[in-house]
Amino acid sequence: MDMSLYPHAIAMSAAEYMSWSTAMIDGLLSSGMKRTVDKVTGPIWAWAMKNSIHPLHFGLACCALEMAAASNTKYDAERLGMIYRSSPRQTDVLIINGWISKKVRPDIRRLYEQMPSPKWVVAMGECAISGGPWYDSYNIVQGTDQIVPVDIYIPGCPVKPDAMIDGFLLLQKKIEKYFARGVFMED
Amino acid sequence: MSGDDFYEAPTVEQVIDLMGSRFGGDVTVRGSKARRVFLSAGRERIYEICEYIQDVLNFEHASSLTGVDWESHMQVVYHLSNYYNGVMIEINVDIPLDDLRVDSVTPIWEGANWHEREIYELFGIVFDNHPELERLLTPCDYDFFPFRKSYKLRRAE
Repeated sequence: MDMSLYPHAIAMSAAEYMSWSTAMIDGLLSSGMKRTVDKVTGPIWAWAMKNSIHPLHFGLACCALEMAAASNTKYDAERLGMIYRSSPRQTDVLIINGWISKKVRPDIRRLYEQMPSPKWVVAMGECAISGGPWYDSYNIVQGTDQIVPVDIYIPGCPVKPDAMIDGFLLLQKKIEKYFARGVFMED
Repeated sequence: MSGDDFYEAPTVEQVIDLMGSRFGGDVTVRGSKARRVFLSAGRERIYEICEYIQDVLNFEHASSLTGVDWESHMQVVYHLSNYYNGVMIEINVDIPLDDLRVDSVTPIWEGANWHEREIYELFGIVFDNHPELERLLTPCDYDFFPFRKSYKLRRAE
């Protein structure tokens, strides 16, 4: 390890970096530091993340109209913190709201992998859950879980906006549970 | 077909007369009813027939092109209409199974482009002189034609 420029720069090889960071994490774990930080910051993370769900604005089919209706003044999904973003880099929830044709399948996988972790997937409507009316079709993927792991299934054909909001309340619980245990230095 | 100020579209009877006198035995009239003419044509002259229907009879709209799999042969069904008196011509073109080819009518009606691509991807009927004959809605690596009667779904018995 080259310490000649310390504290402005430290040069180290990959192996040196790995041993240094492993030792640091081991130290944090054994001294109880991570547990303490998790206990303090976990609830804050959980509160912040569950109340600022940013789904990807990706309308596939007719359930996308229900997604739009959930944002109007009658249902107002934004009071739950749901703000749709158009770039997968800025989102943490992928809503699949419609049938997935074989042609769009690689794009959905790509969008999922472009999203920063942690991320959740919501399958909305019968087509996204199991293919729905397109059961055993030559061109429709038989359910979102064939491509990406799904957290919440919202049934309905199409899904009513209230059902969609109900599904997102369930997702809030799931997000809260994920962050409340603490995620300090886990990525 | 008179008057200089406006175009009078041919009626059903005039369509039948004109097609009969122009193409003779290559076009057979299967019947007609109000604002509909049902024709059958051989695939050799279909481009010529469609050109005549578009240029001379002024049927400016290819409403729909469809394929049919009759198992003994295949068929392309053209629905051609005009904007003046609503007459629609339906042409059936039989295509033998061992040579699934027919001339494209996309140079005549640009709107036939995607119809023909769809027939190609679903039935495997090749349209000669089509500008871009590729699969439209199914992935490019499909090697089967789903709307053929011989195609069976995975769980079909």
